[in-house]
Amino acid sequence: MELKAVGTAGTLESSDVMITLEPTTSGGIDLTLESSVINQYGRQIKAEVLASLERLGVKNAKVIVNDHGALDCTIKARVECAYYRACQCDMDGKFDWGGVIR
Amino acid sequence: MSIPRPKPEKFRLRRTMMFMNAQKPGLIKDAYIYGADSIMLDLEDAVAENQKDSARFSLYHALKEIDYGDTEVIVRINGLDTPHWKEDIRVCVAGGCDGIRIAKTESAQDVKTVDEAVTEAEKEFGVEVGRTLLMAALESPKGVLNAYEICQASPRLFGVALSGGDYRKCMQVKVIPGGIEMLAARGHMLMAARAAGIQCFDTVFTNLNDDEGFRAEVKQNVEMGFDGKSLINPKQIPIVHEMLAPSQKEIAEAEKIVRAYREHASEGVGVFTLDNGKMIDIAFVPGAERVIKLAKASGIYEGDL
Repeated sequence: MELKAVGTAGTLESSDVMITLEPTTSGGIDLTLESSVINQYGRQIKAEVLASLERLGVKNAKVIVNDHGALDCTIKARVECAYYRACQCDMDGKFDWGGVIR
Repeated sequence: MSIPRPKPEKFRLRRTMMFMNAQKPGLIKDAYIYGADSIMLDLEDAVAENQKDSARFSLYHALKEIDYGDTEVIVRINGLDTPHWKEDIRVCVAGGCDGIRIAKTESAQDVKTVDEAVTEAEKEFGVEVGRTLLMAALESPKGVLNAYEICQASPRLFGVALSGGDYRKCMQVKVIPGGIEMLAARGHMLMAARAAGIQCFDTVFTNLNDDEGFRAEVKQNVEMGFDGKSLINPKQIPIVHEMLAPSQKEIAEAEKIVRAYREHASEGVGVFTLDNGKMIDIAFVPGAERVIKLAKASGIYEGDL
């Protein structure tokens, strides 16, 4: 599915991460990361975000990640939520749990 | 990474069932450390309408990746009068939760509707059909009056719970110390659950500063025969566990009954008297066994039964 608008998910609370996806037409994934644990986990957070985007089939997007110590499971959840919000289509009854969402 | 969970046990010990907002990562990651028998990850009232989508993604990954150990994981889904419940069921089943709490249950048909959607989801996601348990929350006079048919509506159903907030609103009453305003609902629901052979849970106590009031309510719950209680704060857990724990005297009595019954049964005797003159038959045995089970769960049993 195609990104149609800016999609945001998550909060700036501790243990959470806020993800913003903005549609672009070329240039691949342009990722900006801010994190309270960037020195220890920066690379891992980026890898987790990119892996989720790849599963979801996102090729081009501007991605802003504002992390406050989220676990991997939260990072994935927020990327997926931001993606489906950016796609703006009704997915009830069709979410691919265990497929692209995993 | 995925944590495999054992097949849920329909009639396990459920003294404490603690609500957690499924949308809050800070809460759900530590949910199991508090020692509640069950946690209830909430997709319903704790989650704002514009975050219903977000909560499902959090829930899915939490179910898949957080090791909850022996803690039972129940999910409270949105009511059947909302557009959310079907997708809620899909994510619950795909994530492999132990059970689903149906909000605002008013009829046996409500339970059957959920049961069918759960079966469909189990087939879709390759989960053993019948694995996912159900419990029904009664939140209105209509739900309470229909308790008996609700209690018998599905083989997946392990229990019913009262939800005091909405019930009191419908009845136009407020919280009264002593619980006179809830007496009929509690009593009726307990009878229905026992008649149907399922468990029964009391509503939450929301004033966290009123320790004495909380203890009084738990004491009443125990005396009325509830299996457990819904909770909103971890500090309530040890209080319920302590108050549900049997006394040493009760444990000794239960042991005596179980042992004596086993001895007499092997000799073909069904009714006998204990040394204190009490007449015992098979009707006393399940209660005595329950006392032993509770004592074990409370960590105070030192015998060998």
